[in-house]
Amino acid sequence: MIYDSAKRKHPALEELLALFRYRDLIYQLVRRDIVARYKRSVLGVAWTMLNPLLTMIIMVVVFQQVFSSTENYAAYVLTGIIVWTMFSQSTSMAMSSMVWGSQLFQQIYLPRSSFVLSTILASMVNFVLSLIPLGAILIITRVPFRPSALLLPVYMVFLFSFSLGVALIISTLAVFFPDVADLYPVILMAWMYLSPILMPLEFYRQILNGLLLYINPFYYVVNLFRILVFEGFVPHWQTWAATAFVSFGALVIGWIFFCKKADSFAYHA
Amino acid sequence: MPKNNLHEPETGTAIFLDDVSIRYRLPSDAVKTFKEYVIRLVQGRIKHKEFLALKHINLEVKQGEIFGILGRNGAGKSTLLKVVSKVLIPKDGRVWINGYISPLLQLGAGFHPELTGRENIYLNATLLGHSRAEIDLKLEEIIAFAGIGDFIEAPLRTYSSGMNARLGFAVASAWQPDILILDEVLSVGDAAFQEKCFQRMQEFRDSGATVLMVSHAINQVRSLCQRAIWLDYGEIQTIGSVDDVCDAYQNALATH
Repeated sequence: MIYDSAKRKHPALEELLALFRYRDLIYQLVRRDIVARYKRSVLGVAWTMLNPLLTMIIMVVVFQQVFSSTENYAAYVLTGIIVWTMFSQSTSMAMSSMVWGSQLFQQIYLPRSSFVLSTILASMVNFVLSLIPLGAILIITRVPFRPSALLLPVYMVFLFSFSLGVALIISTLAVFFPDVADLYPVILMAWMYLSPILMPLEFYRQILNGLLLYINPFYYVVNLFRILVFEGFVPHWQTWAATAFVSFGALVIGWIFFCKKADSFAYHA
Repeated sequence: MPKNNLHEPETGTAIFLDDVSIRYRLPSDAVKTFKEYVIRLVQGRIKHKEFLALKHINLEVKQGEIFGILGRNGAGKSTLLKVVSKVLIPKDGRVWINGYISPLLQLGAGFHPELTGRENIYLNATLLGHSRAEIDLKLEEIIAFAGIGDFIEAPLRTYSSGMNARLGFAVASAWQPDILILDEVLSVGDAAFQEKCFQRMQEFRDSGATVLMVSHAINQVRSLCQRAIWLDYGEIQTIGSVDDVCDAYQNALATH
């Protein structure tokens, strides 16, 4: 086992190889996140399912009259909340786990992306759990099950890539600038209201001829999910391509940015 | 840096540093917030004042050697250890290490209070780079060495601080390193456990591990090491036989 700082591969490739060597660590970290989250809470797993439902109920009670023209507003809003919760929570938690982990980077070598990756993976497990209450609401509101929902595993690859890409970027910034941790919730809030999560798609289509939607990468992420599980058809290939483009684009940009800065993490106490 | 400027390590070398320098940004000058960074970027006022923690270090330690590192606080000793253990990757110069290095990890760092002792062994050992299969093999030995009995199935928050440290040491020292770093005097747990720790370190040394010993106790270094360096202001002041280095360091301390 020889380590030679003069013979190193491209940082993006080297980090990938290191992650593969440390794959058992990733498994342990994901397990820790999930076990620690559910061990002490009395309701345990139930919270992951109840939270989006409670938000949905509040939204329905408040906005049912305003958005009465929207068909099945409850299911519409719940699909949005579930995807948004996965994205916003996983990226925020990845940022804090990175700040926590940077103490370890001062002491030992480990792949610098371990904590970000494991946090996003653990959040994907929560996402799958939150599909259970969604299924219940779809049945209650008499949305028939359609085979397009079977394409969800493919969709989850996109959601995972997009969240990981964004998480890598903000985690890198948070290591160098502590105020990013305070800034990010504000950005998330603005981003949520600019995305079709709580308010109907029609509302956004009327603003600037829908420009607000088309320049927002998250629109493509939430849109595909709604089409697959709520509207229930297999969309045109262009819809797939757009979602794939923003998801993999975010991942590639995030990965390269992160790996280029990774060597400097240990220099910043 | 062009490769032909770099020297190659000789055979039988464990640690090889060629013209290694480490630069930190000065904390007083560093841009602390993202807001400030953006403002300065717009104004074109980003400048970096740097602080050299290590300056042009050349060092070659042979396999099986017991090598001492002397120096005051802030002389660069910890930075040197971080370079050797791949924590700080230098932008200037070359580090070449042959073998598995004992971790510098603070005992029990990375433990999770909600997980059981057994689960924490797996978590901590994978943090140190070991695979599941490797841990499976060592598990019983680690549990026995830590000596925490049935508590191994209890969550870590129920442990005393002594048990915590014992478990941390048991994991960190379960694998025989090729290069052993002795940074601070062992002060873990009670006297009996300290004796066990000391014995384990001795075993590692006797079985031919290269030892890097960082100590303030000059007499200890003199009696154990063959060669040593004295670091000050990030530079090697003296390198050579342990007696020469210790004498030089002692003289410098006396004249200050």
